[in-house]
Amino acid sequence: MTPPVKGDGMRGLSVFISDIRNCKSREAEIKRINKELANIRTKFKGDKTLDGYQKKKYVCKLLFIFLLGHDIDFGHKEAVNLLVSNKYTEKQIGYLFISVILNHESDLMRLIIQNIKNDLSSRNPIFITLALQCISNIGNREMADAFAHDIPKLLVSGDTLDSVKQSAALCLLKLMRTAPDIMPTGEWTTRIIHLLNDQHLGVVTAASSLIDILVKRNPEEYKACVSLAVSRLSRIVTSTYTDFQDYTYYFVPAPWLSVKILRLLQNYPPPEDPSIKSRLNECLDTILQKAQEALKSKKLQHSNAKNAVLFEAINLIIHIDSEANLLVKACNQLGNFLSHKDTNLRYLALESMCLLATSEFSHEAVKKHQETVINALKTERDISVRQRAVDLLYAMCDRTNSEQIVKEMLAYLETADYHIREEMVLKVAILAEKYAVDYTWYVDIMLNLIRIAGDYVSEEVWYRVIQIVVNRTDVQGYAAKTVFEALQAPACHENMVKVGGYILGEFGNLIAGDPRSSPLVQFELLHSKYHLCSPQTRCLLLSTYVKFINLFSEIKPQIQHVLKQENNLRSSDVEIQQRSVEYLQLSMIADADVLATVLEEMPSFAERESSILSSILQKKKPPVDTLGLKEDKIEKSTHNAQNGQSGLEAKVAQVQSVASVQPIDLIGLNSTPPSTKMHTPVKSDQDDLLDIFGGPAPPPTQSAQPAPDSNNLDSLFSDTFGMSTQIASPVAEMAPFSPILSVQDNHMQFIFNNMDSLFENEALRIFVTSEFKQNLARLSLGFLNKTNFVFQNLSVQAVGSNELVRVVPRPLETNAISSQSELAQVLNVECVNDFSECPQVLVQFSCNGAQSRFELNLPIFLNKFFDPVQMDSQTFFTRWKNLSNPGQEQQKIFKANFPIDKDRNSQTLINFGWSSLSGIDPNPENFCGAGIIHTSTQQYGCLYRLEPNRQAQMYRLTIRSNKESISKRLVELLDNQF
Amino acid sequence: MIQFLLLFSRQGKLRLQKWYTAYPDKVKKKIIRELIATILSRKQKMSSFLEWKDSKIVYKRYASLYFCACIEQEDNELITLEVIHRYVELLDKYFGSVCELDIIFNFEKAYFMWDEFVIGGEIQETSKKNVLKAISDQDMIQEEETPQGFFEDHGLGRNGRKWYNNATIGNILKMVNAVYFF
Repeated sequence: MTPPVKGDGMRGLSVFISDIRNCKSREAEIKRINKELANIRTKFKGDKTLDGYQKKKYVCKLLFIFLLGHDIDFGHKEAVNLLVSNKYTEKQIGYLFISVILNHESDLMRLIIQNIKNDLSSRNPIFITLALQCISNIGNREMADAFAHDIPKLLVSGDTLDSVKQSAALCLLKLMRTAPDIMPTGEWTTRIIHLLNDQHLGVVTAASSLIDILVKRNPEEYKACVSLAVSRLSRIVTSTYTDFQDYTYYFVPAPWLSVKILRLLQNYPPPEDPSIKSRLNECLDTILQKAQEALKSKKLQHSNAKNAVLFEAINLIIHIDSEANLLVKACNQLGNFLSHKDTNLRYLALESMCLLATSEFSHEAVKKHQETVINALKTERDISVRQRAVDLLYAMCDRTNSEQIVKEMLAYLETADYHIREEMVLKVAILAEKYAVDYTWYVDIMLNLIRIAGDYVSEEVWYRVIQIVVNRTDVQGYAAKTVFEALQAPACHENMVKVGGYILGEFGNLIAGDPRSSPLVQFELLHSKYHLCSPQTRCLLLSTYVKFINLFSEIKPQIQHVLKQENNLRSSDVEIQQRSVEYLQLSMIADADVLATVLEEMPSFAERESSILSSILQKKKPPVDTLGLKEDKIEKSTHNAQNGQSGLEAKVAQVQSVASVQPIDLIGLNSTPPSTKMHTPVKSDQDDLLDIFGGPAPPPTQSAQPAPDSNNLDSLFSDTFGMSTQIASPVAEMAPFSPILSVQDNHMQFIFNNMDSLFENEALRIFVTSEFKQNLARLSLGFLNKTNFVFQNLSVQAVGSNELVRVVPRPLETNAISSQSELAQVLNVECVNDFSECPQVLVQFSCNGAQSRFELNLPIFLNKFFDPVQMDSQTFFTRWKNLSNPGQEQQKIFKANFPIDKDRNSQTLINFGWSSLSGIDPNPENFCGAGIIHTSTQQYGCLYRLEPNRQAQMYRLTIRSNKESISKRLVELLDNQF
Repeated sequence: MIQFLLLFSRQGKLRLQKWYTAYPDKVKKKIIRELIATILSRKQKMSSFLEWKDSKIVYKRYASLYFCACIEQEDNELITLEVIHRYVELLDKYFGSVCELDIIFNFEKAYFMWDEFVIGGEIQETSKKNVLKAISDQDMIQEEETPQGFFEDHGLGRNGRKWYNNATIGNILKMVNAVYFF
């Protein structure tokens, strides 16, 4: 049988495609395309009106050229014209072009929406379907506004065809994603939920996707869907494959729908109603049972569909996390998959087991498969599968198996793929620390780690080793002995030299009694590496040497000799030179007591949470750059969040290690203004540190005050050095995360300010940067996750329908925020008319199983839409007089909050957004100025006069504008700000 | 939700793209380049799943064509593989032993088929019969709308054969049936 020709024989299109395919070179192809583009352009511009068929053909050619990767900058109008056609095929091509090529913010959008409206109200269902498909393909804010009302009706109406209902459900879902505020509630809720009972399985499938997102937005409202979903699931699970006709896929009844329902149920805790709960458990049990049964077909499709349902059921079982029986069964089933010949199944089984390992009920059951997993690590040929195996080993590690798992991971590291080594190093480091009972084991593991994968050992990791050794007296001698041995290897990694240098500098005396590691031997061993090391390491070694002078006075001459060498004393590296000079001087002028004080052993490190733990969680952070944020400030804060804070503890360690070689600091003169010379190394970190220790950003009034730099610096130092008295415990515990249900934001601080921290607690910081231009604004809310958990399903939605200020969140590229990283949500804001209430957004995310949900006042005030106006005295008073209708003037007298300062007041007024004009008021003490408020509806001119009374320490503020509500609001905003 | 779907050839040529997340064109091109390079460099027996940024990639090769879908963290990989497979089946049924050239020359049909099957990144209709019915309804209308004698005028037989040479391209569904492990 010869298949029929498809398409409607757009011969010209086929010829064109063939031509392109016959092009021998890229150049020839481009030439042919340019010829065609020129041709189409002429046709579109020509006087002869093209008929629908021709228009369709050319639009189709443009589409093809676009798909080849070329930009198309014309033809949009013609494509939109096709929508008007009453021929289905022409309309269809028009819609296709729009869906594939058109930008979301096209000038033609209004026209397109009009055409969609026409097609939606058509009596022909195929036109309605085209319109719905187009809405779901583009689904921008304008469409949400235009169609939010009609689509739910279409969805639940009895007259609608099933296929149209399906499209309508998914169309609504798409619009919900763009514009969460269009959420249907009230009477719609029940009707939408009841679509789960629809007779048509296609409708149920589409509806369950829609309900899933509705539930995510408002679980309470849609709670009733649970029982319907469970009974639907139960009917599918207990059916035979013949019951569903075409909805059975390779002998699996309705696999897509089953997966969707199982997903939907994961939005809720286990059902409270015991009968529903037991019915659900029966379903899950049956699915697990069926997994044991023989396959009904040898086709891969059969087993894929069946296992898709199984894996989703296991996800739900893990989510419920209270049915020990099901958890263990699930674990056993996954265990079978671990040695399955299908790579995909092995991959997924390892992944799911990771979750099972975290449940108290199934942790032991997972551990039974340890050998298989270790084997996977050794034998899997696919790196992504090996990666899963590493993850699983990490998840299943506990006190009982840590030794073996760490050993196996270390062994694997020697051959591991380069790009997962760094992550593996972190994992090994964390496990070794977490489960160390015997710290000699810890030291061995860590030194091995550096030996095997030195290049991948980040600073955080080796700082941590040092912190632990410094803090634990029982292991110091062993550590000194072991590093000494490790350093004897002919080639050893620079990180080993660093750790070795530091540890011997502190504890070399503990092994100096043995003639094989006498002071001189230690020194010579270290110094034999010196010339191969980077300047940074050399600096560290110099500090070790000066510490040796204190520990072993007998080798002082040798060390002084090294310090005096040309390449140190006159090194081109400033830091090396400085250290050499200072240490040499110190060794010459200070007597033994001073030396002993200055070069005393490091005090214990203040215990903070292990920074390596956070860096492993951070590994998976999504890139935020694609959001296209150009604001430097945002980038900067993101940068700080990523680099500065992840290494928080590391930074502290770094400062401390530097401090150990800076005599002045150690003696405790921390109130002495630090000389820049001595602090070069600290200085480089200062910005980050200020950020870390400074906590929330400075208060808004700060712009008018000198920045308290010196204070911050003091607190930095007292923080760095003052904590050393705290008793350290080596294992850092994760702080539990408590969900945030309401916040005290400080949005009022933004009246004069466009950038600040809006909210901060121990888990979350929200940093706002905003830009205003006429009646429009763009806000970026930077969410910084300060916890060690991942924030998931972040959503930011406008609350209520503030008709005066419209807030539109830009779609997020990702809705998860990894630990210690930041995600920016951009909001586009339009000031429709003057307003008093700040708009609010609803912020939701889940973290560690807890749902946070709170409303946030956006720092958007009427004065932000000001443009200052300059004018002369005459104009000012003419306008002033014109605004004398009742209500247009608002006045307030208030007490001065600050000493009356002319410059400061003038600055405050300018920061408020309007002008501060001089020489207008006869009294030079008074302030006058003007501004225009931009809204989409209208512009409003505003004038003010601020009269200070120094004797009484009072102000009188008078504001006139052409609208009473505006004058009132501006007075409110400025009240008490002087 | 499926965030996007890409079809590309073994030579790395993009044949179809469908996006459900709004990215600027530049970003789209970068993503396409990156993914094609990554997937083409993977060996055949490797798993069909990849972690990619904050999402998951599910891909499968049918003869000379790769079908690649990007899904969200919470989505089910295996069922996505079967979304891809069902789409291939639909194309195959419609074109009759579909090959890469069918998709090149009738790319608009391939889009229409996908739009009947998946909307807004979510599966709309899993019944093969219903989707094919919708497409054949479209074809009926097309036939009605096409003027009589039109095809002859343009040198295409009504009951014509695929006029492009199809011989060298592997039949996709042959692969479908060959690729199972049991």
